[in-house]
Amino acid sequence: MSPTLLLLLALGLGLAGWLAARARAWSFRRASPDGRLASLPSYHAWYVALWIVLPVVLFIAAWSAIAPGLVTQAVLASPAADQLPAFGFQRQTILNEARAVATGAAQGVFNPLANEFVEPYRQAIGKYNWIGIIVTVLIAFLGGVWAFLRLKPDFAARNRVEKIVMAILLGASLVAILTTLGIFVSLVFETIRFFGMVNPIDFLFGTHWGPDPMANAANPDASRYGAIPLFWGTLFIGAIIAMIVAIPLGLMSAIYLTQYANPKLRAWVKPALEILAGVPTVVYGYFAALTIAPAIRDFAISLGASSASSESALAAGLVMGVMIIPFVSSMADDSIAAVPQAMRDGSLAMGATTNETIRRVLVPAALPGIVAGVMLAVSRAIGETMIVVMAASTAANLSANPLESMTTVTVQIVAMLTGEGSFDHPATLSAFALGFVLFLVTLGLNFIALRVVKRFREAYE
Amino acid sequence: MVTVVHPNLSDTDAKMSARDVSVFYGEKKAIDNVSIDIPTKYVTAFIGPSGCGKSTFLRTLNRMNDTIPSARVEGEITLDGENIYSPKLDVVQLRARVGMVFQKPNPFPKSIYENIAYGPKIHGLAEGKDELDAVVEKSLRRAGLWEEVKDRLQDSGTALSGGQQQRLCIARAIAVDPEVILMDEPCSALDPIATAKIEELIDELNGRYAIVIVTHSMQQAARVSQRTAFFHLGKMVEYGRTSDIFTNPLEQRTQDYITGRYG
Repeated sequence: MSPTLLLLLALGLGLAGWLAARARAWSFRRASPDGRLASLPSYHAWYVALWIVLPVVLFIAAWSAIAPGLVTQAVLASPAADQLPAFGFQRQTILNEARAVATGAAQGVFNPLANEFVEPYRQAIGKYNWIGIIVTVLIAFLGGVWAFLRLKPDFAARNRVEKIVMAILLGASLVAILTTLGIFVSLVFETIRFFGMVNPIDFLFGTHWGPDPMANAANPDASRYGAIPLFWGTLFIGAIIAMIVAIPLGLMSAIYLTQYANPKLRAWVKPALEILAGVPTVVYGYFAALTIAPAIRDFAISLGASSASSESALAAGLVMGVMIIPFVSSMADDSIAAVPQAMRDGSLAMGATTNETIRRVLVPAALPGIVAGVMLAVSRAIGETMIVVMAASTAANLSANPLESMTTVTVQIVAMLTGEGSFDHPATLSAFALGFVLFLVTLGLNFIALRVVKRFREAYE
Repeated sequence: MVTVVHPNLSDTDAKMSARDVSVFYGEKKAIDNVSIDIPTKYVTAFIGPSGCGKSTFLRTLNRMNDTIPSARVEGEITLDGENIYSPKLDVVQLRARVGMVFQKPNPFPKSIYENIAYGPKIHGLAEGKDELDAVVEKSLRRAGLWEEVKDRLQDSGTALSGGQQQRLCIARAIAVDPEVILMDEPCSALDPIATAKIEELIDELNGRYAIVIVTHSMQQAARVSQRTAFFHLGKMVEYGRTSDIFTNPLEQRTQDYITGRYG
């Protein structure tokens, strides 16, 4: 039985417990002289229902992780298992085929040997299904009965439910943190494997990038794994060109919207600007590749540049800058609008013009929010892939000429992972090392942004 | 109903004059036909119950109501005989001549020094660091804050206590050498000791600047002002010497207010 069905079963049992507990609480209420309970009947009901559903959900989560392993073990214990190839790819294929037939996902098998395992699979799956159902019902029953027996007229079900809800919320917030940790760990292992093959110094400081996925994996040429051109491309496109576009435009639009625009215009322009953030980046990529890049090339040629390419860092950077304007302007807008009106009045009453007030009082007071917005935008820009793939090519060039084609860390990650090398080839593993560095850099940027915000938070009041 | 002006008022040197001033917020009339002469040498207090329009009227005197989009002013207000609502007038210059202190202390989130230097810098009143230092010291001395902050001029202005912040705001207003200082309930956010210090300061500044103070506290009006105007429901009911208003009001409504019958 699939986890979904088990879950539905648990919810059904929970509903039964809910109704039973509520009926019980109502009977207390009728019996008590003043018609009052320590908690409302619905809290008694939720208390029992949660005690049924939560343990079952935990069990299902654990069971769906363990059960397939148990099934495989049972199958391997069958007499036919002796005929299986010892280890590796083939063995796995045969077992997978047999499983697919047994669960009805496939009609037949290519490998005749797999037929031997269909029946054992069927039996094992059936057996463990029943075990799963029985344990689910048992746990639900035990949890329900235990909780139900605790119901009394003066039972503080309300407070208990409060605590359970708090635990659920805590669990929800832990998921995000644990995921981050998981990402980190999975990156670290592959990165260490990569650094076992290519010296980290060569990787971090080498200036030539051109991994060959067809080369001998045992003895990689470390001089082809220099990531500096990628870091430079990322920095140049994401942090320099894009920011030159996004910071002034974002900041000025925020200032206009908070200080000069009348409320009607603001009500239209602000959401419109925020829609920019919702446009899929691949659409920006088209725009960059089909419109901006050729325009830049033609412009460069008309100025007399000889080596203008139709894929340029400038095109990718400009479009990326436009893409992140909403990040800068939205955060700047919020933090400028949050500066107390008293600051503005104080400055205007000194005889300052609106412009002086903005430059000398409002922007400095709103600086933490503005910096945070810029940091967010930078980490968004250096993680961006699609625009660069489409507009700036995959050629790793170490150049300060924005008309040159360039590539970034994320683009190379995609290129390496989808390349022709086997998974344990250093060219493929280099993607993890690149991802690891990128992760550290964005983490660092976010950390700095948080520190900046904290440092200046108490600026006013 | 016309304002009752005490006949014994013999002020001839009006610094500011309002003639038939009405203020509207959208359709709503907040101030109805107020005329008053603000003397050069005295402290003038505006008293009255909440919502009577005294703060609104105060804000028309340096055109701070301009910052509220729906506000509209009718009538004429002059500073030294010059109409401050004339299109030719530069509102930035006006506000440098008519300074303002607000209800809640609102120092900028900058250092104490920068708070005071703000006005002189934007108006180009001081050339070079030495001159600016001198202006800062003079302003802080006049505001009675110098001794308390002279060793920590680089600390943030927001780190001061509430009373010190308000005196900092007064020093900030003084730094551009205004002719009139408007104070909008300057003590309402302060404790009694800080209030006493501000009142003392107002006494010291009296004579050097024309001062207009809006206050909720009748005792405060009686202590610091020489002229008092009583506002009620957007109208100025009575205007005269402070001593006369508090001892011999000519209007029943004034009498009722100062004896605590309402408000």
